[in-house]
Amino acid sequence: MSATIEMPIKKDLFDVNGLAKSLHDESGPPVYLDYSATTPVDPRVAAMMIPYITEHFGNPASRSHPYGWTAEKAVENAREEVAKLVGADPREIVWTSGATESNNLAIKGAANFYSGKGKHIITVATEHKAVIDAVRELERVGFTATYLEPEPNGLIDLAKFKAAIQPDTVLASVMLVNNEIGVIQDITAIGNICRENNVIFHVDAAQATGKVHIDLEKLPVDLMSFCAHKTYGPKGIGALYVRRKPRIRIEAQMHGGGHERGMRSGTLATHQIVGMGEAFRIAREEMDVENARIRKLRDKLLHGLQDMEEVYVNGDLEQRVPHNLNISFNYVEGESLIMAVKGIAVSSGSACTSASLEPSYVLRALGRSDELAHSSIRFSIGRFTTEDDVDYTIELMKSKIDKLRELSPLWEMFKDGIDISKVQWAAH
Amino acid sequence: MAYSDKVLDHYENPRNVGTLDKNDPNVGTGMVGAPACGDVMKLMIKVNDSGIIEDAKFKTYGCGSAIASSSLVTEWLKGKTIDEAYAIKNSAIAEELALPPVKIHCSVLAEDAIKAAVADIKAKQLAKETA
Repeated sequence: MSATIEMPIKKDLFDVNGLAKSLHDESGPPVYLDYSATTPVDPRVAAMMIPYITEHFGNPASRSHPYGWTAEKAVENAREEVAKLVGADPREIVWTSGATESNNLAIKGAANFYSGKGKHIITVATEHKAVIDAVRELERVGFTATYLEPEPNGLIDLAKFKAAIQPDTVLASVMLVNNEIGVIQDITAIGNICRENNVIFHVDAAQATGKVHIDLEKLPVDLMSFCAHKTYGPKGIGALYVRRKPRIRIEAQMHGGGHERGMRSGTLATHQIVGMGEAFRIAREEMDVENARIRKLRDKLLHGLQDMEEVYVNGDLEQRVPHNLNISFNYVEGESLIMAVKGIAVSSGSACTSASLEPSYVLRALGRSDELAHSSIRFSIGRFTTEDDVDYTIELMKSKIDKLRELSPLWEMFKDGIDISKVQWAAH
Repeated sequence: MAYSDKVLDHYENPRNVGTLDKNDPNVGTGMVGAPACGDVMKLMIKVNDSGIIEDAKFKTYGCGSAIASSSLVTEWLKGKTIDEAYAIKNSAIAEELALPPVKIHCSVLAEDAIKAAVADIKAKQLAKETA
């Protein structure tokens, strides 16, 4: 297969001269800078998947004919690829529908299986909702939980984590890479604390694969969640790592044909699994080169945006994947900012879907004010981002932020030297 | 969120952005909202001796609907008496801009801004009379 990477999103926009300028016409599709939401499927991955939809359509559980054997072989090859990327044994990989299911299976499955050992769970206020809400569900059925507040840089204070452990703590869940701010938690240190205290340790690594090296042979982690679609694989497929030595057991959440050693019943989605395997193979082989390139782009974006006044990076800049840049633009409201920057596809820390604005709970947990949380943008860059995309983004942000600040009474007050935090605002 | 063409037009080309001299006895200022709630509107009106609004300027920190609501009212205010201005209802603003239900509060805020600016000019006039 050719190693040339095409750009599936923008290919049709290239004019005869191949000039990038035409890509950045506001009438065309926006520049995609939302790789933390999802990634395009790598064309190499897509090509690998297609025969498993049409030609090799067999059920991997069919033992009596070659259709089944072919599918099973493909599934096991993919399992090996997933295991290889994270330093696991293939027998420790359980297929799921994605990271949300993996998180639910790990957290509810382990908490329920080991509930005789204790009923207290520790997690972090900045976890993904798939973790927080799974823990909340366990609280509803009689467990107790601690939601640790991270430090202002988004990282967990290890002493605080240790102090949160109670005699009946059974499970802790901490994500490796945060989806909103990209910070990398010290999973080794947290896992060691868990080991010392006989606490099962689950890690949500949905945002981490292909970005940070993961070696589960060495990491003190019992359960780890993965998905394909943040790493250039298809949506709807994920995996849960379940440690064999020492063996961790979980209660199935999905009952049926006893697939995946009884931990997750349901006919395996061969083509999706093949896609995840290929995506993780590419990640393993290319991540070092790719991350170096992405880091350069991120640094360029960061320096370009930091030319402006009153911009704040959310989350630690050092202990962070280079793919993520989350920045607050003070004195500019989030939704109007998103409207202004429709030339780029990004995520906002402000979810203005209802009458009352909900600022990002992750940024609030860092101690950011509502205003700064509202005015944040998450830029996430990836495999198909070009330097030209970054140049365009910097120029676009500068001009739009200028325009919105000209409109902003808060910017005017700031320029007049008024301390906005001291103003008595009329509530409404 | 799907915005109406009118909201988009006011958002892209806001009318009457700016400030008037707040110390001018003929200028009334209304500032409503709160940063934590996601919108702050500042509306300034200049009223002549006959009680007619000669000029109106705004600055708004808020979503597209908030910007459009305040831009629209600056257009409406010019030429009106302060009593006519005071009578402008949020429902008229919401209707003109075809605001979706979740954005009605933007029109409420614009009405509040008018009322605050009118109250300010009335207070200034009262102070002038009693001085």
